[in-house]
Amino acid sequence: MSQNNSLFNYILKIADNQLILGHRLSEQSSKGPFLEEDIACSNIALDLIGAANSLYIYAAAIQGENKTEDDLVFLRSERDYKNVLLVEQPNTDFAFLMLRQFLFDTYDFYFQQALLNSKDETLAAIAAKTLKESTYHLRHSGNWMIRLGDGTAESATRLKNAMNQLWCYIDELFEQDETELALVAQGIAVDTNAIKAQFDSHVASIMQSAGMDIPTNIFMQRGGKHGVHTEHLGFLLAEMQYVHRSFPGVKW
Amino acid sequence: MNQINSNEVSFIWDILNEIPDPEIPVISLVELGVVRNILWENEVLQITITPTYSGCPAMRVMEMDIDQRLRSAGFTNFKINMQYHPSWTTDWMTQETKLKLKEYGIAPPQLHTKQRVGALLTEGPTNVACPQCNSENTKLISEFGSTACKSLMKCNDCLETFDYFKCI
Repeated sequence: MSQNNSLFNYILKIADNQLILGHRLSEQSSKGPFLEEDIACSNIALDLIGAANSLYIYAAAIQGENKTEDDLVFLRSERDYKNVLLVEQPNTDFAFLMLRQFLFDTYDFYFQQALLNSKDETLAAIAAKTLKESTYHLRHSGNWMIRLGDGTAESATRLKNAMNQLWCYIDELFEQDETELALVAQGIAVDTNAIKAQFDSHVASIMQSAGMDIPTNIFMQRGGKHGVHTEHLGFLLAEMQYVHRSFPGVKW
Repeated sequence: MNQINSNEVSFIWDILNEIPDPEIPVISLVELGVVRNILWENEVLQITITPTYSGCPAMRVMEMDIDQRLRSAGFTNFKINMQYHPSWTTDWMTQETKLKLKEYGIAPPQLHTKQRVGALLTEGPTNVACPQCNSENTKLISEFGSTACKSLMKCNDCLETFDYFKCI
């Protein structure tokens, strides 16, 4: 695989996570538990999709062939998407949704912080921008973990149920294949092994404040980074891509 | 030739300074810090802008406004480039700009210090002065407000809710 090809794929992996989570969150617009939170979720969705957009523009430039960010978003099928399974899990209740955010936000905060040191200047510049936004996201979802876990019996039960459902998707966040490791060796990609300890420590400290026990002995699911997804991604893409595929090249 | 060019560049800064922010019309795109650089390169006018928030829907409008303003001033050969580094910060706003925000009813952003990033993970903004009565006895209602760049706060003294321009 050529150097450009591995960089291209690496950028897509980062952007796909943000886009799919942003889309999931946007499904929540107008359905939030109360107005301020509804606005918060829509704002965070915008940040995520915006950050993904910057990366897709960069990836499209590397790809050449007059491709644009729209081609990458609207004309790839689920096997081409390389997002982790965590971000595609469909919305259920608010505790589930916020835990999904919290786990991703924690990962993303340390990931973007490490990406600042990338030898690829464009990736580092986009990371600097994204990190400022990720900080807000993580503070928001972290505070929700404490409010829910340390709230009522009902909210704590819902958070516990969400933890039991989502914990199996954590390890995949840190999975790296050979191509990615080669980019790590060149100082371009983030060594996700190196940020795992920071992730664990922040999650543990917030969950302790929330009074929640961290699930143990969970079988860890994987596949998303190789394009093998849960059944939910196809439905998400169908909705997201419908207009563009029905009216090719449409602009609005 | 150089003289004419530099005059033109300062003229272009002036006309771009007339374009209001689409969401906060009391300050201009230049005051907001979105316009980063203006220069002539091989007879093409290069305008460099930087996004405030990655997903800010107003960015497209800003680009269109700049495009329109330049065309109406007779420029045809120009290019608007998006730059990510250095990333936009509210620290670029001058005191004068912050005062305009305050008069408009938006609490201006506090100064950003990199050292606070760690603390930012748990603590929200503190001691934000109410733009109506100047009391610092205020509380955060929501980190995310009416636009990507603002939080929603409330004054405990005059009881008004107000927007706070997030510091990033």
